[in-house]
This record gives sequence, structure tokens and C-alpha cells, in this order.
Amino acid sequence: MSETTDVTTPDQTANKPGSSAEPLLRVDNLVKHFPIKKGLLQRQVGAVKAVDGLSFEVRPGETLGVVGESGCGKSTMGRLITRLLEPTGGKVEFEGHDITHLNVGKMRPLRRDVQMIFQDPYSSLNPRHTIGTIVSAPFRLQGVQPEGGVKKTVQELLALVGLNPEHYNRYPHEFSGGQRQRIGIARALALKPKLVVADEPVSALDVSIQAQVVNLLDDLQDELGLTYVIIAHDLSVIRHVSDRIAVMYLGKIVELADRKDLYTKPMHPYTKALLSAVPVPDPARRGAKNDRILLRGDVPSPISPPSGCRFHTRCWKATEICTTKEPPLLQLGTGHQVACHHPENADDQAPQDTVLLTAAVAAAEVAGVEVPADKEPAAAADSSAAAAAPAASEGAKTSKSDEDGAE
Amino acid sequence: MSDLDKKQSAPESAAVSEPTALVPGTAEETFLSVRDLKIHFDTDDGLVKSVDGVSFDVRRGKTLGIVGESGSGKSVTSLGIMGLHQKAKVSGEVWLDGENLVTADPDHVRRLRGRKMAMIFQDPLSALHPYYTVGAQITEAYRVHHPVGKKEAKARAVEMLDRVGIPEPAKRFSSYPHEFSGGMRQRAMIAMSLVNNPELLIADEPTTALDVTVQAQILDLIRDLQKEFGSAVIMITHDLGVVAEMADDLLVMYGGRCVERGSAEKVFYEPQHPYTWGLLGSMPRIDREETDRLIPVKGSPPSLINVPDGCAFNPRCPYADVPKDNLTRTVRPELREVGSGHFSACHMSQEERTRIWTEEIAPKL
Repeated sequence: MSETTDVTTPDQTANKPGSSAEPLLRVDNLVKHFPIKKGLLQRQVGAVKAVDGLSFEVRPGETLGVVGESGCGKSTMGRLITRLLEPTGGKVEFEGHDITHLNVGKMRPLRRDVQMIFQDPYSSLNPRHTIGTIVSAPFRLQGVQPEGGVKKTVQELLALVGLNPEHYNRYPHEFSGGQRQRIGIARALALKPKLVVADEPVSALDVSIQAQVVNLLDDLQDELGLTYVIIAHDLSVIRHVSDRIAVMYLGKIVELADRKDLYTKPMHPYTKALLSAVPVPDPARRGAKNDRILLRGDVPSPISPPSGCRFHTRCWKATEICTTKEPPLLQLGTGHQVACHHPENADDQAPQDTVLLTAAVAAAEVAGVEVPADKEPAAAADSSAAAAAPAASEGAKTSKSDEDGAE
Repeated sequence: MSDLDKKQSAPESAAVSEPTALVPGTAEETFLSVRDLKIHFDTDDGLVKSVDGVSFDVRRGKTLGIVGESGSGKSVTSLGIMGLHQKAKVSGEVWLDGENLVTADPDHVRRLRGRKMAMIFQDPLSALHPYYTVGAQITEAYRVHHPVGKKEAKARAVEMLDRVGIPEPAKRFSSYPHEFSGGMRQRAMIAMSLVNNPELLIADEPTTALDVTVQAQILDLIRDLQKEFGSAVIMITHDLGVVAEMADDLLVMYGGRCVERGSAEKVFYEPQHPYTWGLLGSMPRIDREETDRLIPVKGSPPSLINVPDGCAFNPRCPYADVPKDNLTRTVRPELREVGSGHFSACHMSQEERTRIWTEEIAPKL
């Protein structure tokens, strides 16, 4: 990441607000529901709301990391933006072109620019093809005749990802997991794509091999100016590879921020809980339970997600409003978007007040109380802050007593 | 658990231990002693030396973490302790509370399994029987070792389900494994393993299939239960974060051999083997400043049929040429004590290793 961060961060920070540079990929309110059909007539009885309203942008040259627990819809998101799945709703724009509902034929020319690296290097390579055939498939499918011939180009690609070019005629089973993942990467890079979506690129690999592949992805980004969307569940890996990070929970983005912001001052309680749950490789911190937030229970089913904020069933800060009103994804700091009624670490008072104010107004609406429009905002903010604070601390208390109970 | 047991086990394990390999001063608490364990499989391709001479001790109430990459022999070791290899050639000694399990009658070992030693597997969905309710499987495990009626066994099973934090245990008793979520299934597995109060608990990648938030719950649970029952625990994992959190002692395995062993603090803060350095350098650290680059170990793990001559790690070791006379490629390094209770199998001298660690490796982590 060394070069990349150095090179891209300055101009990113420059165009962060307002974003003068055209984003490579823009996703607006993306939705994917998988129908559940039952009975003789296969009538639809419900839907798995795998992705339920995502909006984000990917800027040229950056790495966007996407984290979340299994079932949060991150892989579905990856397949939607590469158009391996048809979105139910919303919009996907690539370089300004709407690709949301392009058919297979119209999508084909774009496949050159958008490529995917898959999680499982064992099932994503055809066992009956040699790696030469596998890596040259993109040229064949796209009808591209590379300079110097296909074979030479493929061998260059193999060398680029650190494989021996002489292994051109070998079969996937002759390679180890890490090497196979390199073959998958070589195939994805064959046509010099602009955007590479990597779905759990290292999670099937051993630690020592994982580091090799992470470094390889870094080097290739520097060398070829790639833009990555990296989907992973490992928060340490995501921190290492990403410039910006989106945290997903049950089909929604709950927080989207620069890497540093996200890890130093996470604002969404879910992000905070996730980060605190990561086991730290330092025996001195063994059994340091007090700074760990233990979430109760499991992720609810995406078939019938909880009302209001989807995290409220596991959140220690949840209040009345969280169960009824869904928090919008708001910009609470430079490039820091959070969807929470009671964000943590809100650094300066202003944005927090506005949030609490909107929360207070919404709560009042729910309760059926009229909020006088001419009432001084500051006062309203104060009172709502005061109202929110005890509730939050109470929540914290209960979760603590639960922990004590468990002991 | 009783004093009597301790007294019985103490002289035995002391007597069988290799004088060089035993941690001094801990013999009395040692519950499991493994000495020069070898587990080899005869296959069409040749002899697979999955475990090739591993020795370690596990103390009561303490946790031993076994780390290594896939194929390093960690799971085979644990199955070997449990006596679950039928077609393998097992040699060496496994002393469990004063009994050598390798030479013991298989029927006798079967009676010990579940009661004296139990295991938590990585994938609860394939370890639980899909055809029987969770409750039925836990009661079965209990009744095998306790001559009690169904009612009593059910009460015990419900108690265990409650103990591992499954909500509405009486109701969930009659659920099938597929009706449980991943975390709940793992809890049910733990309940089943602990229903007979085993004194040794082997957890083989217990949280690898789980999300971090659920992983934190499960690790917490194992730790609490260990405290409560005073069991010895072996925690097998490839995740250094998990071992750092759980383990008192660490065993690092590579190519079926033990390359380093010692207290968790020693192995993390003063590691004495290049492979351990490689593992530490490979992982992105969430608790440190962001590093520009990871330091991977080059190459890939060895085939267990053709383990390299000399030190198994030599083809991947950046320091393979430090020892003179091509020693690393010809002579298999012995596990030597480098500090109190800290062992390493490396040909480099301790001064060389300490210098490389403090000057070259540690600053980059």
C-alpha cells in the first residue's frame, strides 16, 4: 500500500467533499431481494433482502474495503456491481454509464473494465483446463489479439503475479492454494481492467500465503493503477488494504469512512463492537474483557429484518427511536458517513447536535408530540442530548450486567 | 481433579519425560504429556509423516495453543491424542493423567473419550448428526458414561444448554441442528463436549467458521467454562490473535514438527524461530500503527511426503545460510531449550537469533 497511499491520498483528500473527479463507480440505492417461493404454484411468499439500499462511490485508484458478518450482503453487493446478478432496484453507474439493467450482450464490452477475483481458488478454476487456457480465456472471449501473441502475454501475466511462466501447460490441481489464487488474479488482470472486485481474496489462504497475496494486490495496484473493491470479513486485512471502508449490516451500509477515521474513532456502535471483537495478537492483553463489547445473539434473518435501525436488537445504546425510525446514512465528519441515531465519537459538537435534534424531532413525531417549529434549536438539542445520555448509559449498564451474569 | 489423581500422575509423567524436554517445576500440575508422538499414514503416494516427533505438556486449568498452517499436523495431533486414528501408524507416548493412551486397549480409550477428554470440532454442522435433535445427541453423550435414566439425562442436557448460553434451553432441546445458527450450533457442540465434565478439552479451530462477534462470545464461553471446571485445554488454531487471547503456552508446528514451544509471552515477545517470525510478520496487526507492507514467508508449506532434509523450514527460511556447513539442509535441528521452558528447533545460535529478532524483525512489525 506504500506507494498507493502516498500517491492517492492527497488528491483524494483534495476532492473528497464535492468530489470534483468523476467517480469510477457510483451506486445509488441498490437493492437485491431474492424471492422465496413456496407451494405447487411457486408463489412468492417473501424475499431475502440481501442488499437493501446501498449508496456509495468508488473513486479511481482507491481501494474500497467492505466488511461485515456473514449474511450481511457484502458478496451479493460484489456480484451486483460486477453485474453477475440483476439488481432488483436502484442504479449502478460505471464511468457515468448506467449499467443497472444491461443485458449479457451489452454488458460484454464492459467486462473488460470490470473484473472479479473469487474467494475459493479451488472452485473458481476449471480443473480440466490448463492454466494457459484459463488465463487466456478473457482474450478469447473478448476477441482481443494482444501484441506479441496470446501465449507471450499470458506468460508475462504469470510472471507478473509471481508464477513460473513455464507452468503454462499445467493444470490447477498441480498448484497450491496460494498459487491458484495468483492464477485467478492473473486471469482477472488479463484485459487490464479499471475496476477489480475481489470477494474474500485471501480468506481461504494460510497466514503466510495471505501476506504474499495481499502484497501482490498492493504491487499490482501501484503498477497498473487499479481500483479495487475488496470484500472481506477480516478486519485486520481490510485495514491493511483499504483507503476507505464500508461496514455493512443486514444489507445496509452502517458506516463509511476513511481507514484511519474508522479504526481510530468508529461512530457506529456496530463498528465499535466489531473492532473490539477482533482478537489482538498480544498475550499481554489476554483476558482484557473490560474493553470488549460483547454483542448478544446472532445477526437477525434478512428475510424479516428488524424495524427501524436493523442493529437495534443487538445494540446496547438502542432507544425507543431506534426501533421505529430507520437512521439515514449521514455525513458526520469529513468523508465519514454513519447511519445511527446515537453515534459514538462525534468529535465536534455541531454535527452531533444536528443528529440529536433530528432524532429528537423524530422521536417527538413518533410520540405524537408537536415540536414547536420556533423553539430554539439549541435548547431542543440540549434536552434531547440529556434525554439520550441516560438512556445510553442505562443500555451500557444492562449489557455490562449481562456480561457479569455470563461469568 | 482430586489430590489423589495429581499424586498418581506426577511420578509417572516425570518418569517418562525426556529430561531435556520437560518444563522444569511444572511436572506436578501436568495433566497430559505427549512424548515423541509420531503419526504416519501409509498412502499410495508414499508415507505421509503428518506428525513427526512432537512432545509437549498440558497443565490442569491451563491452555496450550497449537498454531501452524494447514497441513502442519495440528489437527492430526489432536485426533491422535483422542485415539481417533484407525489406519495410522501411531508411535510415541501420550500420557493422560498417568495412563499411556498409545499402548492402551482401544476399548479403554473409548471409555475415556467424552468423560476424561473431549473435543470441540471446527465445523459443528458436520460434527452434529442432522437426523437427531440436539438434545438427543447431548443426552446420548451423557448416558454413555453415566448410568442414569432418560429424565435425569435430559435435565442434565438442558442444564448444559443453559450453561453455554442457549436461550430457552428446554425448548431448544428438541430442535434439530439445522434449526440453529452457526454460533448456536457451536454452543451446542460445546455443551455436548462438556456434559461429562472432561478434564481435557481439545478445541480444534472452534471459531474459524464463525464471525468475529460470535467468535468473541465463544472464546469467552470456553474461558469461563475452563475457569469453572479447571480443565486443561488444547486450542488448535491458525489465528495468532485467538491464541494470544486464550493460550498460556504455545506450540508452533511446521511440517509435522514442533519448531518452537514456550509460554505465550516468550513466543510472542522473544520468538526464537524464523518460522514464528514469518507468522508474526505475515499478519496485519489491528493493534499497531499501520505498516506499509506485510512481510510474508516466501514459498509454500512442504508436502508431508517429501519433507525437506534437515530443517523442514529451510527452503523458505531467509536465514538458512547463517549456520555453517550447510547444516540446515542436512541435519534435522533438535528442539533445544533457549530459556526457561522455551524451546526452539533451529540451527542458528541463540545469539544470532536474538540479534536477528531484535535488530531485523521486531522493528518492522
